[in-house]
Amino acid sequence: MATVPMMHALLLAGILFALGLVGLLTRRNILFILMSLEVMLNAAGLAFVAAGARWGQADGQVVFIFILTMAAAEVAVGLALVLRMYHRTKTLDADRASEMKG
Amino acid sequence: MNLLWLIPAFPIAGFLFLALAGTRLSRRAVSIVGAGSVGLSALVSLWIAGQFFVSPPAGYAYTQTIWNWLDVGSLHLPIAFYLDPLSLIMTLVVTCVGFLIHVYSAGYMSEDEDISRFFAYMNLFVASMVTLLLASNLVLLLLGWEGVGLCSYLLIGFWYRDPANGYAGRKAFIVTRVGDTSMLIGLFLLYRHLGTLDIQTLMARAAHQWPVGSPLAVAAGLLLLGGAVGKSAQLPLQTWLPDAMAGPTPTSALIHAATMVTAGVYLIARMHVIYQLAPSAQFTVGVVGAATLTLAGFSALTQPDIKRALAYSTVSQIGYMFLALGVGAWSAAIFHFMTHAFFKALLFLGAGMIIESLHHEQNMFKMGGLRKELPVVFWTFLIAGCALAGVPLVTAGFYSKGLIVWQAEASSAGRWGFWLVAVFGVFLTSAYTFRIIFLTFFGEAKSHVHKRPGLAMTVPCIVLAVLSLVGGFVKTPEFLGNIHLFTDFLHHALPPVAVAHARAMSELASEGWVTLALIVGFAVAYFCYIERPEFTASLTRSALGNALHRFWKSDWGMDWLYDRLLVWPVMWFARVDAGDAVDSIYTGIARLCEWFYQGVRRTETGQIRWYAAAIAFGTLIFVAVVLFL
Repeated sequence: MATVPMMHALLLAGILFALGLVGLLTRRNILFILMSLEVMLNAAGLAFVAAGARWGQADGQVVFIFILTMAAAEVAVGLALVLRMYHRTKTLDADRASEMKG
Repeated sequence: MNLLWLIPAFPIAGFLFLALAGTRLSRRAVSIVGAGSVGLSALVSLWIAGQFFVSPPAGYAYTQTIWNWLDVGSLHLPIAFYLDPLSLIMTLVVTCVGFLIHVYSAGYMSEDEDISRFFAYMNLFVASMVTLLLASNLVLLLLGWEGVGLCSYLLIGFWYRDPANGYAGRKAFIVTRVGDTSMLIGLFLLYRHLGTLDIQTLMARAAHQWPVGSPLAVAAGLLLLGGAVGKSAQLPLQTWLPDAMAGPTPTSALIHAATMVTAGVYLIARMHVIYQLAPSAQFTVGVVGAATLTLAGFSALTQPDIKRALAYSTVSQIGYMFLALGVGAWSAAIFHFMTHAFFKALLFLGAGMIIESLHHEQNMFKMGGLRKELPVVFWTFLIAGCALAGVPLVTAGFYSKGLIVWQAEASSAGRWGFWLVAVFGVFLTSAYTFRIIFLTFFGEAKSHVHKRPGLAMTVPCIVLAVLSLVGGFVKTPEFLGNIHLFTDFLHHALPPVAVAHARAMSELASEGWVTLALIVGFAVAYFCYIERPEFTASLTRSALGNALHRFWKSDWGMDWLYDRLLVWPVMWFARVDAGDAVDSIYTGIARLCEWFYQGVRRTETGQIRWYAAAIAFGTLIFVAVVLFL
């Protein structure tokens, strides 16, 4: 079975992370921000798995499972916050929720 | 005798209990705990007094060491109590009169929302006062001394919602502080030169090391006198006491009449050896007393407020005690302290009942005709007033004051001038006492009585009235039975007065003059306030009369003078000096912080995407630094 070179996998992870970051910075809708965050998380996970495969260690996959679990929890809390925010501001625009302005 | 430590322990326990759990108790329980703790302590002191009389300890002195307080180098300070006839009599009076006033307070304060706080302070006061009296060394005495000062401050400002009361409390605290500083320097001086602070050792060493008239003894005597003058409201630090009447009336009775203000008398009597070594300091004590008793007497004559009039009368009577100390009549001073505690406490308690039954009216010119409305108050107040004026034969005040007046001249340190002032003081006392009685109880009623005092308030007054009548029979003049139980007992602790028989006038003649002065004072008061009130009114309206009246009423302009001399310059300097170097450092720091805050504040935009961008950018820089540097 042909193996994917680690460089390729890392490159993919890097591109995904950059995409996620760009999405996070340019999107104003809080739901899209959350989705971009997921993309970034999974990019990091992919990097772990690739590195684990390169060294023949299971640790990379273990960490990915951790990331997955954390992502699930984060989404649960994040969506709840989004709901609360929508109740308060009647909008999903992250820029409008700026009451903590200094 | 070994129960001695219980006398301060009971009130301290009461204070701690009320301070910690007082708000959760019912009013009744608070009163029972508050008055009960002092009652127990009074019982213990009566028990100890009984033992002391029946089987006196060796040398008429008993020391009880509780534990070691400080032990640094050559300085050993135990918490130790020293009981001798002087401290025994003072402790007895403080606990017993204190207990009666606590019982009265249970009635007087029964509707106050802060009754537990009140009783906690009062208990702390009794504990501090007893510590002051029983202390075997000067540092423990100072602890009690400052403790009573603190309680005085707390109780003057007890109704703290009125800023005027807080002001009066601060004034009392600061003015007495002036005296306390002088006393503290005196303690340093004594320790520096005699190497101990234990009172008895100190006295022995002073008598051994210092010759009569030594400048060190004079300095120590004058410095201690400074402390006594502050605490006992004598000239020139008397201005705080009349303002201290802002506190609840039982406080005025207990602290600002019967006990605390006589702490200065106790201090001087306790340190009498120093004053015997320093005749000029002792003479100063006498002069202070004589000056105070006259000036305060005039001020008392012009006060419209019943409590302020009584306060000036207290200042004046303590002036008598200082006069007695000044001529070496130590026991006479303590005798007058005791009788004064009885009748002055009673006068204040009576004034409290009058004020409460008239909707907190304190102006005597709006009272009148209360004789029939409040008969118990009238009779007890009349007895106390007669004792204060010194009505011959039947009242305690006659015996104690007569003794002082006579010894002001007859003592070897006595002087004609002192005697004259003392007799004139009797005239003033009689005039202002009967002025108070005539204005409040006689004439036509000007206010409606809406409330009559309950048993808790009248019973202590009746007990005190009995004491004001019979309390003097422990020491009577030679021509009246010649009883000298009291002075004989005290002579185990204080030296007897040295009567200069060669030139002294007879006791009978002195008492005769006192009685005459008393009658003249009574006649003047009767003429001015019963016979011809319109004459008095026209007198105060005339230019000279009005000026004098205002001058005396404002305590000889003392407050005015101190304001101009001390308060204003300090305030002026504080205003002018507001922007000096030290101040600018601190305002500079504050400015810097604010400037920095204004800068950093702008980064806090509230825009979550900016934060994310800042984090990403920061991470990039960090990674770049790690990789390329």
